[in-house]
Amino acid sequence: MSDLAKTPGTPTEESATEKSAAAVPEAGPSAAPAPAIDPRLLVREEGFKGYWSEFTRKVRGGELGSLPVLVGLIVIAVVFQFQNSNFLSASSIANVAVYSSGLGIMAVGIVFVLLLGEIDLSVGSVAGVGAAVWAVLSVNHGWNDWTAVLVAVLSGMVLGALHGFFFAKIGVPAFVVTLAGFLGWSGLQEWMMGGEGSINTPSGSIVENLTNYFFEDKAVAYGVALVAVLAYAASLLMDSRRRGAAGLPARPTTEVLLRTGIVAVLCFAVAYVLNEPSGARGLPLALVIFLAVLVVADFVARRTTFGRQVFAVGGNPEAARRAGIDVDRIRIIVFALSGMLGAFGGLFIASLSGGATKSVGGGNTLMLVIAAAVIGGTSLFGGRGKVWSALLGMIVIQSIQQGLNMIGMANAIQYMITGAVLLAAVVIDSVSRRTQKTAGRA
Amino acid sequence: MIHVSATPVLALRGISKRFGAVQALTDVDLEIRSGEVVALVGDNGAGKSTLVKTISGVHPIDEGTIEWEGAPVRINRPNDAQELGVATVYQDLALCDNLDVVANLFLGSELRKASVLDEIGMEKRAKELLDTLSIRIPSVRIPVASLSGGQRQVVAIARALIGDPKVVILDEPTAALGVEQTAQVLDLVERLRERGHGVILISHNMADVRAVADKVAVLRLGRNNGVFDVATTSHEEIISAITGATDNAVTRRQARTATKEDAK
Repeated sequence: MSDLAKTPGTPTEESATEKSAAAVPEAGPSAAPAPAIDPRLLVREEGFKGYWSEFTRKVRGGELGSLPVLVGLIVIAVVFQFQNSNFLSASSIANVAVYSSGLGIMAVGIVFVLLLGEIDLSVGSVAGVGAAVWAVLSVNHGWNDWTAVLVAVLSGMVLGALHGFFFAKIGVPAFVVTLAGFLGWSGLQEWMMGGEGSINTPSGSIVENLTNYFFEDKAVAYGVALVAVLAYAASLLMDSRRRGAAGLPARPTTEVLLRTGIVAVLCFAVAYVLNEPSGARGLPLALVIFLAVLVVADFVARRTTFGRQVFAVGGNPEAARRAGIDVDRIRIIVFALSGMLGAFGGLFIASLSGGATKSVGGGNTLMLVIAAAVIGGTSLFGGRGKVWSALLGMIVIQSIQQGLNMIGMANAIQYMITGAVLLAAVVIDSVSRRTQKTAGRA
Repeated sequence: MIHVSATPVLALRGISKRFGAVQALTDVDLEIRSGEVVALVGDNGAGKSTLVKTISGVHPIDEGTIEWEGAPVRINRPNDAQELGVATVYQDLALCDNLDVVANLFLGSELRKASVLDEIGMEKRAKELLDTLSIRIPSVRIPVASLSGGQRQVVAIARALIGDPKVVILDEPTAALGVEQTAQVLDLVERLRERGHGVILISHNMADVRAVADKVAVLRLGRNNGVFDVATTSHEEIISAITGATDNAVTRRQARTATKEDAK
């Protein structure tokens, strides 16, 4: 820290303070001591009204956050529930959770790439390679199941790092590098699957359990919900207490209680639906893994130096470089991360389809994954977004698919509707960015 | 002037830098002592910004030596300069618009507690630093994008001071500022000198230069064109060193207005 901060009160300093205080019109002619808060800053009022006015101001300024997604989810739930009363049933919701997990994990990797302001088009093919590597090693060569899974995930990481190397060090646009990867790795996948075309998952293997194992003991779902709520409340309270001790503005206790209450209601509602109604199978393992990935990735993005550097590179790469950040390293790591999570997600897809095939990760996998990250509110323009958008966006997409399946809509129509939703999400992103610019927030 | 040490904290000797066919710097010398403000002046394209970028590690030098406290050093990356204790405020500020003020201040030198960002510690120190510099911004937790030009400038200067550097380089710090903010930045420069920092100040504004600088180093077409002591050098001498001639646009204009005055 600069010694400037530790020794206040030199003569020039005092004169400067007086000068700046006198310059603020509100301070009046008597040059009263400068108020602690800038008078131009709109301060949140106390109580519920304050939250509401801040919320409306943010929305008008284009800071929509997760609002469009939440509104979208409510609309989806209401519309499909009217069409088919089983839409909000236990098995339907469990289905959405399981199908969201694999693609959602891949979307987490994409969120990081989008935060850099780049795109990874290869994630579907890398997922296919991951599934193929696991299947060939574990089934054809009889490797230990855990080792095969580990090698599959690591091979995804290596492919991702390769993309990152060509992008960061050679300077090929990420769009082109990953497009080459998209073609090349799907070729590799087909070559690895060889003549067989598909390798079924052996029963009892890790990959089969990924999406087919449910914690039937009701205590597990409730226990996970309880731990999540307690951990959330504890982190909020600790943060408030430390901020208070440091003399910084902290969240009021009512807000902490309100937030904890909302999270608790959500967690226990989900746990209840997964546990209690007839036909419920308990907490799916896939959802537990997905949530674990989300929590870890969110922590990395918001609370570590690496995460801060990802945001900085996404916001202004030249500024990041001049601040001493190794921009190339950050880019390679992010693409490696995307490849790793892509391959891991590929194992989920293989698990859902009963084995590794030539087409795992093909079709619209790539589009769904990128759409999920964008629909969830991560900007395509870099530097703005949240890891949790992978969860929100994927729930939106899978709910729509689930609903359309339940009312027997044809595949062709499903594609068109999902495409329209993606377009809507990008339009919201672009418009809110423009509004933020005019409101001076971007 | 406060205590000025004998050995320059930073000395450039015979620096050359080429960009393709352009010889941007030729055999440039510069010395900065602690507690001294050296103004670097010159016309557009004289090589001021390039010289600064060689010191801060953005463009590595082609020829010549850089000495730090008497010992030769190599500066190839921005990191090298930061580790030596050179902090630079660039003309384009180099702030990340999407990050808040605290994150920008500590970018590249984040505080950590057990490898987790210490947000509270950073926010506290950011507030202390901004208070002692009497910098007033609405909140340290709003994105830099929503600050005004002057506010962004002072944030960029404050950011240079986070690591307690020995040499601070300010590239056109007052160019975009109003009267009040300019005075504040000049106050800030004087405070840096009092604390024993060496300061390199690039400016086109001769009034600012004469107000705070101890020495004026003139660059012309990528070469040294004299180092002057501000107290004993006239405005005209510096101008003629910048333009390279005693008969230049500035003197002709002065002569013209003078004859008009006489005619009246």
